[in-house]
Formats: sequence, C-alpha cells, structure tokens
Amino acid sequence: MIEAIWITLLLAAVTTPLLLVVATPIAWWLAQKGSWIKDVVAAVVALPIVLPPTVLGFYLLVALGPNSPLMALLQPFGVRTLAFTFTGLIIGSLVYSLPFAVQPIRNAFEAMGSRPMEVAATLRASKWDAFVSVALPQARRGFLTASILVFAHTIGEFGVVLMIGGSIPGQTEVISIRIYQAVEQLNWAEAHLISGGLMAFSFVVLMTMLIVDRRFSARTAGIRP
Amino acid sequence: MIHVMLNGRVGDLDLDVVFETPGDGITAIMGRSGSGKTTLLRAMAGLDRLKGEVSVGGRVWQDVTRFEPVHKRAVGYVFQEPSLFAHLSVEGNLDFATKRASKIVNRAEIIDLLKIAPLLPRAVSKLSGGERQRVSLARALLSGPDLLLMDEPLSSLDQTARQEILPFIRAVGARVPVIYVSHDPLEVSRLTERVLYLAEGRLTERPAVSLEGLSQAEIEALARQALGFPSPHWGEGGA
Repeated sequence: MIEAIWITLLLAAVTTPLLLVVATPIAWWLAQKGSWIKDVVAAVVALPIVLPPTVLGFYLLVALGPNSPLMALLQPFGVRTLAFTFTGLIIGSLVYSLPFAVQPIRNAFEAMGSRPMEVAATLRASKWDAFVSVALPQARRGFLTASILVFAHTIGEFGVVLMIGGSIPGQTEVISIRIYQAVEQLNWAEAHLISGGLMAFSFVVLMTMLIVDRRFSARTAGIRP
Repeated sequence: MIHVMLNGRVGDLDLDVVFETPGDGITAIMGRSGSGKTTLLRAMAGLDRLKGEVSVGGRVWQDVTRFEPVHKRAVGYVFQEPSLFAHLSVEGNLDFATKRASKIVNRAEIIDLLKIAPLLPRAVSKLSGGERQRVSLARALLSGPDLLLMDEPLSSLDQTARQEILPFIRAVGARVPVIYVSHDPLEVSRLTERVLYLAEGRLTERPAVSLEGLSQAEIEALARQALGFPSPHWGEGGA
C-alpha cells in the first residue's frame, strides 16, 4: 500500500510542473483573440474532460505500445515501448489532465486583458520581457488553481492509468487501482483506509483552494479599472 | 520637431492625418469620441499599425521601410484609465520603468515633481484615482520618453481630482513634449493654446462649435480660445 501511495504522489508531483510548462504557451495562445483554428484547438484540449478515460487510455496504449509509429521514432534510442511503464503513466497523466491546466491559466490571461502588455511595451519591455514580468505574475492565481487541480486530478486517475499502466506493483500501481483490487480481494479494511485517506485529501485540497481564492480576491479587489 | 503622417483603416474609421508640431510643450488634439483621437495616438506609439511616417526629434519611429516596435520607441503613454501593474507596489511600478528606461532620468526629481514620495510603499489598490494617474505620469516619465502621449488621462477622475492633477500635467509638459488628447475644451484651454482638431479621421480647421449642452464655463473657455486670449489658470496655484 505504501508503495502505491508513493507511486501516486510521485506521478502527481512530476506531472504537475511538467504540465504547467506544456499548458502555459497553449493557454496564452488560446487567450489571444483569433481565428476559428483556436476553437478547434480549444476543443481538442478539452476532449479529455468528456472522453471516457478508457477511450483515452486505449489510444494512448496504441500510441505508446510496440509497433506504433511513435515508438518507431524512439526505437533508435533503445525504447521499444512505453506501455506499462512509469514514463507511460506520466505521458498519460499529461494528456488526461491537460484541460485542467490550460483552462484556469487561459482564464487568468483573458481576465488580465491586453492593456498590461501594452503598458509594458510603452515602458520598453519586449514581448518576452513583458510576458515574464507582467503576464506570468498577474496570472499567478490561474497557475495556482491549475497546479492544485492537476495534482488532485492526477491522484484520482483510474481508467487511463489502468489501461496504460497495467497496475504493476511498485511501478505503475496507483492508489485508485489499489482500492479496486482490495475490494476484489474482499480486503475491506485496506479499501476503507485508502478511500478514507483520499476523501480527507480531496476535502483539504478543495478547502485550500477556496481559502486561497478568497485571500487573492480580497487582495486584488478594486485594482482593475 | 514631431512629424506625423499616418493613414489607414481601423474598424469603421478611415484615418488620414498629417501634422508637425514643435518638440516642446503640450499639443492638444481635440475631437468628439469616435473621431479617431485614440487611434491616432495608438498608431503614433506603434500599438496599432498604420501606414505612414512618425519621427520625433529627428529619430524615425516609422517610415516606408521600417516600423520600430513599441518597446523600441522612446515613447511615454498615459492611458485613459490609470493602468498601473496590480501585482507591483507603487515603487515596483516605478522600478519597472527605471530598469528599462531609454535614458537616465533623475528619479528623485520626478517623484518630487509629482509629489508621490509618500505613496511609494503603498499597494496600487490603496491609491485614489488621482494618485494613480500621478503615479502613471511619473512612471511614464521615468522611462525617459522623447514624447509623452496622453489619452484623456482625466476622464476616469472626478471633478476635484481633475482640478488637482491639471497643474501636474502642465509641469510635465514643461519637461517633455506632450501630445494630449481630449474632448473637453475647458480642460484643453487650461493646458495649452496649441490645439489640433480631429473630425472623422481628418485634421480640420477649428470647427464650428455647437454650444448646446455645454456649461457656462465651457462656453467661456471656447470663447477665450476663439479670441486667442490666454487661459487664466485660476485657482490651481501652479500656473
């Protein structure tokens, strides 16, 4: 059980920062006014919200399994398959939680509007300078929300990790799968223990988010013209 | 000397403007809302892209062959609403400009000029509207501009705050050339005699003015301007 908890935490801890890096440019691009292509991309990014995790997991399994075109590219580097590996789990988590990172960050960028970037430009800040020194700090609330959501969402994954990870103890067995197996083995005590723990964890996460959100709102009240 | 020749279409507006104005003091551009004032100012700063030429004090910001991006123009811009960075303190906002300034500016002098020393440690959200606009002015000056563009900087302020800030704008105009956009003849008459009129995207002769809906003071200001009398800077202590 300890091993499963450790794997789960590690997965969430690796996925969260990686996903922030991946999601930020996508969120920025989507937040700019633009063409219908953005709607298409936004829909693709949001797909994991509506797709059954098993469907997502199935396609990931196909893409990361041996004989896939993607793996053919990695073959020269000695990688034959990423299915049933921890790396595969991370890739699955990145895809699965992408909308939960992109959406809050995109909202934060949109709420900021174009004015701060224009002001920065008239103060001699290049685009990149303005992005780093104005857009990122002004959107920090979005980043915080995204981090918490992604972390919690990754902890709670079941379908995708089962499909792509195969529940190998010590490698790809996470706690949500562990609960399922405990119940199958009629090990109610362990199922109770982990489920109760996850309940408490989820509650604490949501409470923290609400409190942080309130503090932020209080601090930034009345700033926007 | 400031030389501007810009034309192009932005939304419904067809802008076509040519003017030159001395490289010191305040030049006002007046016109109704929708006449293209903001468009013109934004194009001069490079925030919107129009065809034409802009040069300031011999430096070319834009002509047929080149278009300097906003951050490479030694421009200062004060927006309608005081657009201070909410994630920084007042001092942080000033630092932002100082760090990237196009020339060395005496910071203490600017802080003194706009009387913002007591505001420095404060959060932007703790400032009144007038204080915010003064900090915006200081921030723009600290970036070392060759030309300061102001887009109705008083429009977000109440009457009292407007009275308070006018002398500061005059003081700023004595240091850096300013182009000041406004629709308010009274306000303009108290800042400068040098006025350009903009209507439907073209500069015009002083327009026939409708007095309908204007206050007594506004009518007097218009009359003074029309007759070429200097405007009395009454009751501000800064004239």
